[in-house]
Amino acid sequence: MKGMIFDLKHYAVHDGPGIRVTVFFKGCPLHCLWCHNPESISPSKELMLLPNRCARCGDCVKACQYGALSQKTDGEVVAERSKCTLCGDCVQACPREAIQIVGWESEVDEIIKEIEKDIVFFDQSGGGVTLTGGEPLFQPQFAEALIDRLHARGIHVALDTSGYAKEDTFLKIASKSDLVLFDIKIMDEAKHRKFTGVSNSLILKNLKAINRNGETPIWIRFPLIPGVNDDPENLAQMANFLLELSQVKMINVLPYHKGGVEKFHRLGKDSEFSVYEPPSQEKIDSVIGFFREKGFKVKQGG
Amino acid sequence: MNERIKKLREQSLAAKPTITPERARIVTETYRRPEVERASYPKQRALVFKALMEKKSIFIDEGELIVGERGPAHKATPTYPEVCCHSLEDLEILNSRPKTNYAVDEETLKLYHDEIIPFWRGRAMRDRIFAEMTPEWKAAYEAGIFTEFMEQRSPGHTVLGDKIYKKGLLDIKRDIEESLSRLDFYHDPEAWDKKEELEAMAICADALITYAGRYAALARELASKESNPQRKKELEKIASTCEWVPAHAPRDFWEALQYYWFVHVGVTTEYNTWDSFNPGRLDQHLYPFYKKGLEEGSLTVDQAKELLEAFWVKFNNQPAPPKVGVTAEESGTYTDFALINIGGLRPDGRDGANELSYLILDVIEEMRLLQPSSMVQISAKNPDSLLLRALRIIRTGFGQPSIFNTDAIVQELVRQGKTVEDARKGGSSGCVEAGAFGHEAYILTGYFNIPKVFEITLNNGVDPRTGQKIGLETGDPRSFRTFDELMQAFEKQMRYFIDVKIRGNNVIEKLYATYLPAPFLSLFIDDCVAKGKDYHGGGARYNTRYIQGVGLGSITDILASIKYNVYDNQLISWDELLTALKKNFEGYERWRDRFINKTPKFGNDDDYADELARQVFEMYFRLIDGRPTVCGGKYRINLLPTTVHIYFGKVTGATADGRLAGEPLSEGISPVQGMDRKGPTAVIKSEGKLDHIKTGGTLLNQKFTPQLLADEEGLIKLKDLIRTYFRFMGHHIQFNVVTAETLRDAQKHPDKYRDLIVRVAGYSDYFVDCAKELQDEIISRTEHEGF
Repeated sequence: MKGMIFDLKHYAVHDGPGIRVTVFFKGCPLHCLWCHNPESISPSKELMLLPNRCARCGDCVKACQYGALSQKTDGEVVAERSKCTLCGDCVQACPREAIQIVGWESEVDEIIKEIEKDIVFFDQSGGGVTLTGGEPLFQPQFAEALIDRLHARGIHVALDTSGYAKEDTFLKIASKSDLVLFDIKIMDEAKHRKFTGVSNSLILKNLKAINRNGETPIWIRFPLIPGVNDDPENLAQMANFLLELSQVKMINVLPYHKGGVEKFHRLGKDSEFSVYEPPSQEKIDSVIGFFREKGFKVKQGG
Repeated sequence: MNERIKKLREQSLAAKPTITPERARIVTETYRRPEVERASYPKQRALVFKALMEKKSIFIDEGELIVGERGPAHKATPTYPEVCCHSLEDLEILNSRPKTNYAVDEETLKLYHDEIIPFWRGRAMRDRIFAEMTPEWKAAYEAGIFTEFMEQRSPGHTVLGDKIYKKGLLDIKRDIEESLSRLDFYHDPEAWDKKEELEAMAICADALITYAGRYAALARELASKESNPQRKKELEKIASTCEWVPAHAPRDFWEALQYYWFVHVGVTTEYNTWDSFNPGRLDQHLYPFYKKGLEEGSLTVDQAKELLEAFWVKFNNQPAPPKVGVTAEESGTYTDFALINIGGLRPDGRDGANELSYLILDVIEEMRLLQPSSMVQISAKNPDSLLLRALRIIRTGFGQPSIFNTDAIVQELVRQGKTVEDARKGGSSGCVEAGAFGHEAYILTGYFNIPKVFEITLNNGVDPRTGQKIGLETGDPRSFRTFDELMQAFEKQMRYFIDVKIRGNNVIEKLYATYLPAPFLSLFIDDCVAKGKDYHGGGARYNTRYIQGVGLGSITDILASIKYNVYDNQLISWDELLTALKKNFEGYERWRDRFINKTPKFGNDDDYADELARQVFEMYFRLIDGRPTVCGGKYRINLLPTTVHIYFGKVTGATADGRLAGEPLSEGISPVQGMDRKGPTAVIKSEGKLDHIKTGGTLLNQKFTPQLLADEEGLIKLKDLIRTYFRFMGHHIQFNVVTAETLRDAQKHPDKYRDLIVRVAGYSDYFVDCAKELQDEIISRTEHEGF
């Protein structure tokens, strides 16, 4: 069984309990304008240029058989992505990893092998593996196979999800997980559609459904983006909705940061996203305070 | 911290290091006396020690509780001309160098010119050593293959055990009498040597009692003049303490600390020992006095803390004896490597952490002094609370305490042949060196530049920096058909230089044992008194000599690059590679990029590279471990650099891992700076593949940014990271918790950051005092950010 992955990170300490490995699934049904992992959205491989690493030697341009790469007069490499076949010759040629192909088809075995290296840290810290992305549920068979294999080794699995998947798919995989990290972005349906490209009705329905099963603990992940979802109405609606859900054990407030902006550029996708201002610490504290007052356990960051 | 301590601390911080000629003067005068000239070598040393204890200046500063200093003023640093006589030029350099300088006055220069230099030139140990070394040794030494510790400091490396808390010097003198009475002049050819040694020890014991007596008298005198009734009482207590210890075993907490401090002053006055003499397991040793005092009501927690803090200031008042020449470069610091051990196990194997362990950690956090340095020993049996308490101090960016694995230390010492009880009484000192405290002479003999030996292998025995042939002809690398052939040539070259080093060591060991015994130190390290043998001559129960390997990360990455690029994938020919190295990658920048970015590296949990680290490690072990020393000890390995990886880097040309000529080598067992790209778990897995138990210490540096440790959860995860490293039997790990921006800003504005202490290697130092290259190097060490 193969899946499309774009990263595996060790010593992940903000995505669930203990010391974890995060597996980043490539492909996401949402298209959030603030996305900090824009390379996670497309389900296919993508060419990424890292000009800050580039020595402008031109080796990649020479290596490309399809004429997809060229150099500007100042030496900066530019890609004509329509010509690129993602063959990887330029990646081989580049001595500085300044040109990369994001995403690879990975066997479950291959991922398990990499994860196994850190089992001793999971044992010590009560950690495990977090499936994130992108959207793990966008590749449900692969996600399921991975969870089964991890569980066979006694490894704790957290599922970090947007909740946007068919209800039976969602429930099947979420209830297999030991913890669900569930993103809530915007409560207003129209606004949600505007900023993420999809309606939130399925998402909220799925959250209720997994809560009903009563077994899987849920941590809500709330990306706080000024001007998008920090208004009192949104916060109040969110709190009211979540108060009904007994399995919600914690809210993680994740302040927006500009980590994704450089990546829009590397992918040649600046026009598809927006740039926001990060919230002030006062703002963050007031949001945390709001949820705490409502009785939630709240933490800044994951 | 109360007002008194605040004052003492500030006074210590403000004191400027100076050179005092007092010791050199007394030593030289004493050696000139005819009865000293005629005496046996141990007696010569005893008489010198006696003269020092009788004549050196004493003073009690306002508010002091613990008394005695090595020099006539705070941070007045003596010289040791009988070991290494500074030239006038050396003294000028010390006076004027911008970093870690020592003020030298006219009087000192004159005395050196008129008396000290003429007497000691050609007679000092350093001169004897260089006269005895072979041309091969000198060539290797000058090329930067290895350094030699004992050419300017005496072989002191040891730490005190629990003896002084049970025995006064009068008790030890009774033991000396008993040893003397057992001497067998009919059957033991060494009986007379032993007699001289034991009598010398007795002279030294009396000398320290005399020194304490001078302090008792001074305190009484000051008390009689003191108008403040509280201070008067304190001075009287100081007087009664100095009247009792070190002659007798201490009765209370104060006496225990004062006794230790007198011994410390004695040991550091007798010689400029390498390095780190210290009380070792302080929480274990002091706990009975602490408990008794609290139970009886004669001591409060606050008083205990105040006394500990006064004791801390004393260490900080003693900067390291200044070195000369290249040694100043390999260790440019004021710190003298005293490393207080906290936690660990009791001799019976139970958890050794007690209330005092936590109180001492409070002291460390409050004092924030360069010296003494501190560490916590963490066994699987110690509670997490001890480790977390230590991490809360580390989090503040102070660089102390460092963290050691007791279970590894005990296994290492037992493997070397110590009893398990002696091993559990031990710990680590200096940077990371394991030792059986109170029972072992474990002497560091010098750093060994592993990547440089490889460079000479690639050049068929020639040092490309000088064009001189200093090694063996092991073959032109172009002729090596396989990677294994290369490794065989490398091992041959390694064996050759290690042999050269050990030959030198063996002569030096004998020179010290003969000409410069240490009868005072021998009083305190078992079994010198019982055996009638000097500490320098194999008197300790265990005798170990270390050769410290440097550049494990670098050599691993170099080998990985050659295996990967030349042999396994045949991307580059030997010809091209050798030319690129020779040209320092000029015109070969893309190859350099490939070596840096697209070649397996140590520290990423990648067996391709890590297996080579294991191979080099095992080779180094095989070539050294278990070889005999001349005084009945054994050679062992450890892997630590202090700051010598910078000097070793300067003498080493460009390397196949993409390092440019002259850049620092990797330090300790850490991965090459910035090459550990998979985060701290991968580093720990890579390091965990080494068999630390076969060493006497390894040093792993990790830099964390404060953000990662800001909350309790981050701290707990760091704790788990450390516990996991220790499950792999890692020996030691330490952390710099600062941001790179902070450090860069400190480089630009040193005045703003005078108090910024960073972990350098096995010790911490003021960042602004570090050389520019070292500062750059610390900045470039990988920062592990959260993901």
